[in-house]
Amino acid sequence: MDEFRELLDDCVHCGFCLPTCPTYELWGEEMDSPRGRIHLMSQHELGAPLSDSMVEHFDRCLGCMACVTACPSGVRYDRLIEVTRARVEDEHPRSRGERLLRAAIFAVFPYPRRLRALRWPLRAYQASKINMAPLLTRISPTLAAMERLAPPRAKAVRLPERVPAHGERRAVVGMLTGCVQREFFPGVNAATARVLAMEGCDVVIPKGQGCCGALSLHSGRSEEARSFAKKTIESFAGVDTVVVNAAGCGSAMKDYADVLADEPEWAERAQALTAGTRDLSEFLAELGPRATRHPLEITIAYHDACHLAHAQGIRAQPRELLRGIPGLEVREIADPEICCGSAGVYNLLQPQTAGELGDRKARNVSATNADLLVAANPGCSLQIATALRRRGEEIAVAHTAEVLDASIRGIGKELFSRR
Amino acid sequence: MTSRLDGLAERLRVIAGAEGVITDPAELRTYECDGLTYHRATPGVVVLPESAEQIAEIVRACAAEGVPYIARGSGTGLSGGALPRTDGVLIVTSRMRRILEIDIENQRAVVEPGVINLDVTKATRPHGYYYAPDPSSQQVCSIGGNVAENSGGAHCLKYGFTVNHVLACEVVTPDGDIVEITEGPGYDLLGAFVGSEGTLGIATRITVRLTRLPETVQTLLAAFDSIEHAGGAVSAIIAAGVVPAAVEMMDALSIEAAEAAVRCGYPAGAGAVLIVELDGPAAEVDRQFAQVKELCREAFEIRVAAGDAERALIWRGRKSAFAAVGRISPDYIVQDGVIPRTALPEVLAKIDELSGDSGVRVANVFHAGDGNLHPLVLFDDAVPGAGERAEEVSGKILDLCIEHGGSITGEHGVGVDKAKHMPRMFTEEDLDTMQMLRCAFDPAGLCNPGKVYPTPRLCGEVPGRGTGVHPLVESGKADLF
Repeated sequence: MDEFRELLDDCVHCGFCLPTCPTYELWGEEMDSPRGRIHLMSQHELGAPLSDSMVEHFDRCLGCMACVTACPSGVRYDRLIEVTRARVEDEHPRSRGERLLRAAIFAVFPYPRRLRALRWPLRAYQASKINMAPLLTRISPTLAAMERLAPPRAKAVRLPERVPAHGERRAVVGMLTGCVQREFFPGVNAATARVLAMEGCDVVIPKGQGCCGALSLHSGRSEEARSFAKKTIESFAGVDTVVVNAAGCGSAMKDYADVLADEPEWAERAQALTAGTRDLSEFLAELGPRATRHPLEITIAYHDACHLAHAQGIRAQPRELLRGIPGLEVREIADPEICCGSAGVYNLLQPQTAGELGDRKARNVSATNADLLVAANPGCSLQIATALRRRGEEIAVAHTAEVLDASIRGIGKELFSRR
Repeated sequence: MTSRLDGLAERLRVIAGAEGVITDPAELRTYECDGLTYHRATPGVVVLPESAEQIAEIVRACAAEGVPYIARGSGTGLSGGALPRTDGVLIVTSRMRRILEIDIENQRAVVEPGVINLDVTKATRPHGYYYAPDPSSQQVCSIGGNVAENSGGAHCLKYGFTVNHVLACEVVTPDGDIVEITEGPGYDLLGAFVGSEGTLGIATRITVRLTRLPETVQTLLAAFDSIEHAGGAVSAIIAAGVVPAAVEMMDALSIEAAEAAVRCGYPAGAGAVLIVELDGPAAEVDRQFAQVKELCREAFEIRVAAGDAERALIWRGRKSAFAAVGRISPDYIVQDGVIPRTALPEVLAKIDELSGDSGVRVANVFHAGDGNLHPLVLFDDAVPGAGERAEEVSGKILDLCIEHGGSITGEHGVGVDKAKHMPRMFTEEDLDTMQMLRCAFDPAGLCNPGKVYPTPRLCGEVPGRGTGVHPLVESGKADLF
């Protein structure tokens, strides 16, 4: 693949990526830095076999894309690691345990209905207050991570297929409901739909929509990712703009043009959806506020989700929206460019590394002394709240949409109780 | 050799732990070069120590085996100063990155060698202080590497180089001793150590000077239609007695690259831009800033940064320029030479000529205030012979610098890349004298051998073999310590 070779050659080995790479931060090793991983990719491209150690270093990459932001030479590390992960899945035999784990994760997470089936036992487990953690840690660190990261109980919310604009209509938009977001954070989707409607949008929520393919795409399961992408394109055939409230999903949909570039019957439609995909905060900032914001006396620590800040370049918009709320104070978290360790399914596949990064992030969040942690990705919120709990601290978490919703509806900060 | 390294690796595992020693071939290869990719060598073993004591033990183990060793920080050097040896050990300090002490009252901080330059500033800015030397790679380069190379940066015009900001170094000597080198009466050992390019020992703890943040900073970007006009403005500013914090120049090609990389929004159609920054007491800066604006009257556009965000944008173009050239050329050599400021127009015209004659494109970025040139020689390694042609042009640029009374390096160091140019600046006697200092520290020649000096002399670069008595020693002119 000549394109891949060219992308590799863009790296001039300057090292500007090193300090923003979470694994380099942790271990200080060249081969666990973007520059080193690109070197390993080049070795493989030039004929070196894919060794166990190479795969280990690729697997350890969180895919946070902080290096893409830091790179002055414009290296497309996002493309490089995506292609590399797919090569790993094709060429590298994984152990039985690893295969089973990956199969199990990808048999559940991208399917809202299967996730929903998990909700009941999870709720029962959480209600029982039985502590399985010590046992699980012994059996499997991944299972223990799943236990720790299990989302809080939440009531299911059924959204209609169309939510009409409040007042004069300014736009018609589609809305992606996602998998984890939909099943475990239904309040976020409801808030998103309400905010959009109150800002004058007709919100179209296609019933048949499924997973956007983000988790598969970011884990080298390219065949699966393509199939999810096509289904998503079909679901949103009727709208020009699709608003997404989960950072990982939005970034994947903005990659559809690349993902389906080689399939002539899909390339054009993929390009159209890529061009029409907007993160919620991006869309609202472009649209401009119309609904009245009621005061919300609260201090917020705003966390940049990697797939929002690095993959989509969206940093200013959510802050601007939050600061537009009277009485609300936004505090910055130190080292904002460093990933919290959640990274899709990374915290299940590499629980120890994810835990260490979570602890670092928790320390920085804690230092802000904020009342509420706001992030645009469900995984980040769960990860950081869990890490804070390990420190014996609690913080309420919310999505940008929920904060805006509370302000526009004037329901006050009591909504954000500590969970 | 291999079995000797295997044995040594076992010993290193005992010293630094299994997690701190790298022997996997693919992993080792990721350390084959630093910021200069033109020279590559896969290290025999990589070790990641976590303390001065570990480094001392590693050095002693290497010395016992007669194995050469090289220290490496973040691997961003541009002269191949940390180029590994296939038969040697690479000692990487990236795990030693604690800021050990910040003593605001005495304006100093004590740091480990792997601490990133900019992190010192980040840690001290809340107290109203910062670390002044600012290489373009300051967000990633390490203080240990800065000490080795005596690194400079855009603001060294006013504030001086690393050597002016290091108050003491704890060093592991090639004997494996841990010693403290401080400022004080007697010979300036600290001055000799800073900038010795890793040939005299390994810094394990560095006491740096903190500088008070200036009361005010003013920055302007002036766009000129030609390099000559920009150069004229630089001379006029210095002649007027103004000492700016920085005066930086970029030519059209490097502006194009920076624009492509970071969209810094420099004025379109400029043949050259100048960045002039003044800092200090508000009254003085205001008066001199007006003067500078007046002296830049040949500029077709002058932009004054209205605040920190606009200032950062102006600097972003300049600071990313080297790596940004990757956007307009697949490969390039970052050159580093010095000329008297007054020779600037003439040397630039000659570089232009060289470029025209050879067909090799050259982009120019300079610390114009102190005559430090960074020509970027562009080529495509995929084209047969292009690399050699670029090397030739690059070498001729250095000849130009020497001809005009300048130097082959301003701040990137000699390393492995420029060792061959040393005889053009120095006589054999000069080089032998320098090597005597080196031998006083490292008689066995194991500490970063093959760097700085074009040919091994006096103490010999290859240990463990009889290299004979050096002619200087034989004639009684020199002594081995």
